[in-house]
Amino acid sequence: MSPRATSRLEPAKTDPGMIRNFCIIAHIDHGKSTLADRMLQLTGVVDDRSMRAQYLDRMDIERERGITIKSQAVRMPWEVDKQVYALNMIDTPGHVDFTYEVSRSLAACEGAVLLVDAAQGIEAQTLANLYLAMENDLEIIPVLNKIDLPAAQPEKYAEELANLIGGNPEDCLRVSGKTGVGVDLLLDKIVATIPHPVGDPNAPARAMIFDSVYDSYRGVVTYVRMIDGSLAPRERIQMMSTRAVHELLEIGVSSPEPEITKGLGVGEVGYLITGVKDVRQSKVGDTVTNAQKPATEALVGYKDPLPMVYSGIYPIDGSDYPNLREALDKLKLSDAALAYEPETSVALGFGFRCGFLGLLHLEIVTERLEREFGLELIATAPSVVYEVTMDDGKEITVTNPSEFPTGKVKKVLEPMVRATILAPKDYVGVIMELCQARRGTMIDMQYLGEDRVQLRYTLPLAEIVFDFFDQLKSKTQGYGSLDYEEIGLAEGDLVKVDLLLQGEQVDAFSAIVHKDKAYAYGVMITGKLRELIPRQAFEVPIQAAIGARIIARESIRAFRKDVLAKCYGGDISRKRKLLEKQKEGKKRMKMVGRVEVPQEAFIAALSSDGEKKGEKKGK
Amino acid sequence: MAQMPDGEIAPRDGLLPASAALGSAERTLHAYLHIPFCRVRCGYCDYNTYTSSELQGVTENSFLNNLLREITLSKNVLEALHSEQRKFSTVFFGGGTPTQLEAEQLALVLETLKSEFGLEQNAEVTTEANPDTVDERYLNTLADAGFTRVSIGMQSSVSSVLKILDRTHNPENVAKAVAAAKSAGLQVSVDLIYGTPGESLDDWRESLATAIDLDPDHISAYSLIVEPGTKLARQVRSGELAQPSDDDHADKYEIAEQMIAAAGFDWYEICNWSKSPATVSRHNLAYWRSNDWWGYGPGAHSHVGGTRWWNVKHPSAYAERLVASESPALARENLDEAAKATERVLLELRLREGISIDYLKSINPQAAKPISHFIADGMVNAEDAIRGQLTLTLKGRLLTDALVRDLLG
Repeated sequence: MSPRATSRLEPAKTDPGMIRNFCIIAHIDHGKSTLADRMLQLTGVVDDRSMRAQYLDRMDIERERGITIKSQAVRMPWEVDKQVYALNMIDTPGHVDFTYEVSRSLAACEGAVLLVDAAQGIEAQTLANLYLAMENDLEIIPVLNKIDLPAAQPEKYAEELANLIGGNPEDCLRVSGKTGVGVDLLLDKIVATIPHPVGDPNAPARAMIFDSVYDSYRGVVTYVRMIDGSLAPRERIQMMSTRAVHELLEIGVSSPEPEITKGLGVGEVGYLITGVKDVRQSKVGDTVTNAQKPATEALVGYKDPLPMVYSGIYPIDGSDYPNLREALDKLKLSDAALAYEPETSVALGFGFRCGFLGLLHLEIVTERLEREFGLELIATAPSVVYEVTMDDGKEITVTNPSEFPTGKVKKVLEPMVRATILAPKDYVGVIMELCQARRGTMIDMQYLGEDRVQLRYTLPLAEIVFDFFDQLKSKTQGYGSLDYEEIGLAEGDLVKVDLLLQGEQVDAFSAIVHKDKAYAYGVMITGKLRELIPRQAFEVPIQAAIGARIIARESIRAFRKDVLAKCYGGDISRKRKLLEKQKEGKKRMKMVGRVEVPQEAFIAALSSDGEKKGEKKGK
Repeated sequence: MAQMPDGEIAPRDGLLPASAALGSAERTLHAYLHIPFCRVRCGYCDYNTYTSSELQGVTENSFLNNLLREITLSKNVLEALHSEQRKFSTVFFGGGTPTQLEAEQLALVLETLKSEFGLEQNAEVTTEANPDTVDERYLNTLADAGFTRVSIGMQSSVSSVLKILDRTHNPENVAKAVAAAKSAGLQVSVDLIYGTPGESLDDWRESLATAIDLDPDHISAYSLIVEPGTKLARQVRSGELAQPSDDDHADKYEIAEQMIAAAGFDWYEICNWSKSPATVSRHNLAYWRSNDWWGYGPGAHSHVGGTRWWNVKHPSAYAERLVASESPALARENLDEAAKATERVLLELRLREGISIDYLKSINPQAAKPISHFIADGMVNAEDAIRGQLTLTLKGRLLTDALVRDLLG
């Protein structure tokens, strides 16, 4: 076992040959954060007393859900054969919504620890990230975690890993993040096998931004990996995508608390603070250079995050609208991928159409809005982006089903994904059924080990945002795992189903669905609303329609009596007070034409089939 | 038993704010006397009434003495408020069962009102009556004392229905009581209840036909309300009895309107029909037109010039106050203009003559929109609306409260 390093290499002057940059690729719950904690303790950068479980995951939501949303980097000293090395551990988001952020984190490393739960084996999301790591030519160190668990089957899964990445099952390290067993050997192996960074120290500075975090005290903290040249305090730096110039107020490394340094040199990983207040001015993937001596070519790989899933977010109390706007403005400072614009809904009033990277991102944002800003919200069913071409050649991008054009539609393109599903082989049948019901086309199927199967399907994204993950989990008793990546657009036989209440369209319930499923959707939504909307003084027809064609119909019978039998001297006060109370209650009613719909009815109708709460919990 | 509303604490001297005197020349004054006694409590009843075991020692005589004390107190309070003496236009004895008292006792109370205040010419004086408690002698005594009207609690003519209502009276006594009242020269009203669990549409038709055959001057018909805290509410909750349904109530109201109108009565308020304009309950109209009234007795409500108050509920608490020469008022409220407007709409819309649309617009400038919906849905009479008066159709009468909510915006 290597001893804890007795000294540390000084940042900005570290020989790239003594640096190792690595990340940990793992599925949610496979113990990445616990392993990272042990490394922090073992290398001595965090003392045992101040050790906080899962130190690196700073946000409450992350800690609660045991997942990492925002990545960070930690510099740790480690000594092997009397040589002190600087290890930079770059934390990566574990979820499919954040594939782009993952890819940037990977690009900042030369190696990756592939961490797999020794009791569960590899999962679909890990495969996806492993694939990305191999694409980036990273050195992969396979590690089985949780070997202290009684259910651990290290032999079985070492075999599986060897099959995947080549090599011998014996090369697979066995550790326990919980007890710390094997973690020192892992650090030794990182030093031994991961290549050190290579760059030109004399070239104009080029640093890749792999993360950008808003801190309410310090403004935006930008995490970079130096590729060429160096950066020093008080320098003027330039963002190559926007040409924006900022002064470098602070530069340093995380260890894991921020530590101001005299700069960053080739291969080093650290943070920059320029005083900007908005993460959009410091975008993940962008290249930072010196404003006086700029590089001519940006590093490859930068792209703007594109929302994949949209949802209308409305305050339950209409007077909270300005607060919602303020909250979104604040969140946006720390979440460059969040997009929103004002939207009004006949049914729900004033709100925002928000774009998200995926369902988890949607869940996290709505939860943060509710928790951190004390708002009560309704989110409409998530929708994807459709490209509609009209007969006259006009092209329309639809992010809100109620805006789907009514005229002659020539074709509709919808986003497609390639989904990878991993599950024990007993569930292949039910998974195939599910994918077929969701308009999936099988690409291939292969056995990963003796009893685990990987199925790959092409599926419309719209089918996945609609409770697919919940269905998969329930049909596979929790064993199925899912990953997907966007693969472009495909034409779909899609129609818009509108919901009419007494002839008035209720925009919040419009949906774009496949022609064959329109009827079922219509029956489901009209039936549900009939249960949820109270009787009115007149009959209320509820219809589902495609254009002018009614495909499903229900009706709410009129109530016929609403009058107090007696109203004499002693009844008047009470009756007036009852009326005043009813008037208050009416304020929580939404008017659709003349129909009074309790807010609760909308929430119930939207939440039960809309934003299912499954995906975020993951496995 | 029904809870008292919330209000500010009423002063122990019972004095009214000066605002209560404003505009009194345009308002008539009325007396309600609450007699809180019943031989048995009916299962559906949540009124402020007590059987002998619940009275905590309050006797009929002591109660009467305190009622007379309150009359004296009211005279002092109103004299302090008004520059001139006001007389009562109507007097109404309700309960409870007023006829649980002797006719002479009721006569004595009326006599006291006359001597302390005086009655207007042609004053209407009514008592509610349980058919088992009155006979010819009793009713003649009342008539001689100045009573003009008797309201008989018939409820139903169907014995199975009466049983569920816990009404103990003998159905045959209703006819006897009506005949006796008529021969005493009193106007007669009969009260009916519909929508009792288990009551069929034909049961209801039978009750209506029986009531009409009695040839009264006036009929009141009330849908049965399951009031919290009653025996009926417990029976409904336990599933022993079915919850009365609004649709059943609506059907029965329509039947009532049809049969009562066919017999020559006109509705003049949601629950009330009269043989002629001369036989309407002027006392009850005073409530709906926001006139002034003093409610005497435990739990009774009063209204004078925008101040409402209500007395302590239990007869023993009532007695304590009056024995100590204090006002029995428990709490009161001074209505602001908005509250007065709300009350005016909710009360006047119940009347056949309805409410002025100009007035509605003065309190809700957007009133035209709901009114146009009411016309389209056949809930109000279009011709009257065009002439500026909002009056209800049969359909509208059944939905009055919903209409009021829409009108108030």
